[in-house]
Amino acid sequence: MDWPHKDLLSVDQLTSPEILELFQLAQNFEEINSRLVKKTPTLKGKSVLLLFAEPSTRTKTSFDIAAKRLSADTFSLATKGSSLEKGEDLKDTGLTLQAMQPDAIVIRHSQSGAADFLARQLHCSIINAGDGWHAHPTQALLDGFTLYKLWEGFRDRTLLLVGDIAHSRVARSDIELFTKLGVSVRLCAPRTLLPRHVADWPVSVYTDLDEACRGVDAIQCLRLQLERQQSGLLPSLREYATRFGLRKKHMELTRPGAKVLHPGPMNRGIEIDSHLADDTDSLILDQVSSGIAIRMTLLYLFLTSTSQRRE
Amino acid sequence: MSGRRIIQSVVWQGQICDCILEGDRIAELRPAEGDGSGGELLLLPGLIDCHTHLREPGQEHKEDIASGLAAAASGGFCSIFCMANTVPVNDNSAVTSMMLDTAARAHPRGPALHPVGALSRGLAGKELAPMHELARSGCIAFSNDGIPVSDSSLMRRAMEYSTDLQRPVIDHCEDSSLSPEGMISEGPVSDRLGLRGVPSICESIQVARDILLASYLDIPVHLAHISRRESVELIHWAKNKGVPVSAETCPHYLLWTEDRAVEYDPLAKVNPPLGTADDVTALRQAVREGVIDILATDHAPHAPFEKEVPLSRAPNGISGLDTALSLCWTLVQEGVLTQKDLVRLWCHAPARIFGLRANGFNPGDPADFLLFDPRDSWTPTAESMRSRGKNTPCLNQELPGRIRLNCRRGEVLYGQFPEGAA
Repeated sequence: MDWPHKDLLSVDQLTSPEILELFQLAQNFEEINSRLVKKTPTLKGKSVLLLFAEPSTRTKTSFDIAAKRLSADTFSLATKGSSLEKGEDLKDTGLTLQAMQPDAIVIRHSQSGAADFLARQLHCSIINAGDGWHAHPTQALLDGFTLYKLWEGFRDRTLLLVGDIAHSRVARSDIELFTKLGVSVRLCAPRTLLPRHVADWPVSVYTDLDEACRGVDAIQCLRLQLERQQSGLLPSLREYATRFGLRKKHMELTRPGAKVLHPGPMNRGIEIDSHLADDTDSLILDQVSSGIAIRMTLLYLFLTSTSQRRE
Repeated sequence: MSGRRIIQSVVWQGQICDCILEGDRIAELRPAEGDGSGGELLLLPGLIDCHTHLREPGQEHKEDIASGLAAAASGGFCSIFCMANTVPVNDNSAVTSMMLDTAARAHPRGPALHPVGALSRGLAGKELAPMHELARSGCIAFSNDGIPVSDSSLMRRAMEYSTDLQRPVIDHCEDSSLSPEGMISEGPVSDRLGLRGVPSICESIQVARDILLASYLDIPVHLAHISRRESVELIHWAKNKGVPVSAETCPHYLLWTEDRAVEYDPLAKVNPPLGTADDVTALRQAVREGVIDILATDHAPHAPFEKEVPLSRAPNGISGLDTALSLCWTLVQEGVLTQKDLVRLWCHAPARIFGLRANGFNPGDPADFLLFDPRDSWTPTAESMRSRGKNTPCLNQELPGRIRLNCRRGEVLYGQFPEGAA
């Protein structure tokens, strides 16, 4: 597969044929994960820096495992409590890391645009593992891959995103990816958790969860940041759970065979009913394993592509 | 400066004229006597910028009074105001006097520096600053610029107290409860980029409050850096009702929109944030029609390293003194403004609002003027800009026009007299 990209900053930069090709390739990598010996020498001698300036368990571990299964070396930076958490030294940190000659830097940062910023400063590949409210492209790709394996094609499919859209990088990236693939996307959230100009987005907006669930093929629940209540966006978590918590009864309104997704970590009993999360309709754990395959694919593409070799 | 000098064949309001100076005064402006040749250079009165941040004392790594005045001189200004948000704040005569002394030492011929005193002590918005002391030391107006006054009662008392001193209040209109940590305008761009947005009403709600205060008290108020259509409409309404309100906007609000943020460009981060194309349309009409009285730069220099950070960490502000006239000339080229508008917006209206003597090229007027070559061009770069702040979205882009000479009271601040001036 031809891979002309230096960085992965948002889904925006990918075409839909590229995304589908990436999914095909990911299926090969997924096979490695089911082997007895889960390691190939593909990226031997390559190094990947994990720069996570925001708490993260699953995404960081997922990248770490993905790199190691391809025999790349990974290095993590302890950033908790450092000045980097505030983003003040990002340029200096980036230049310092670059001087250590990594082949790629995977960055998670609390500020929108941080990955773009680093990509402009550095000549190694930057993979955005989530920046502020802006983008989380690998999450969207793994969500897409999870459904790609299940569905025969994306046309005529409907995906519903429920929850805090305004402050969600997952929502922004999912919307970009799924609309690119021809999926109709619905959003369901209280007005206070929707972007002000959501009417300009290529989505349909619902404020009633029953209505929103009618006839959809998949529902992605978004994590509710519990501090939204303090910042005056919600009266109480209880009221939020009553209006927007996904329960078994909602699955009766969907198209038969509809699935539930959640990017994690979940607040059981708030945005998703605990039983439903563990139910057979749930793809939540499948998302996790798809994540490793997608990240292996991306690391492979970035670290072996022609643009990388030219450097 | 004494003696009689003639500047021949310069263009004043479309006519080729000879300008005759007598010392620091205009002696006469008369139709050119020559053969009609020449006329390449435009004659303009010295510009007044009633809104800059010169950062001294306290933040001299961004700018100081000497570098700020050098930028003003090369930008065509004969007088500039400097805001009080220095470190320490200009809320007492010691700071005001230090500013004036520094300016007089660094640039004895000018541009003239007019400090704006703090409206509240420490700009904290709690108690009135000692306005009489500040006025006596040389402050021309009062403002809490940078830190909006949320307490309407304090705003009322400040307007009342300052009016006894015949010094206007300049208000930075922002209801900050609506814009916590906002970085760019709330709109499609902020939604897409996942950035905290500043809603347009954040400015206009406070514009409405100030207009109502001015109307109720019948005391003038000047509204700084207006950036939104809603605010323009409120000011239009107020002026029709005879409310004593005046307002300014800046070249960047007439030229650029929120789209500048698409690349997360910190150079386009400014407070108030750049608006929409519709705001630009409304503001252009407002400056043409006089609904907005004056232009100002809101010159806000920052050190390069402070802007080389992710957008959310970047400080607000655009460096404007070097580029203001050339940017406005692009508006003249586009037919948005006329030369006459520039003279009104940059000189005569600010002089009227703040009680300065402006040059109308009548006999006896102060010889504050500049010569501008509209056929030339220049490029603001880190080297060519006199300001220490290189933070402008037009950095490294060619701009039309070039200042050949800037004089205040007949003394050269920048450039030189054209050959043949006798």
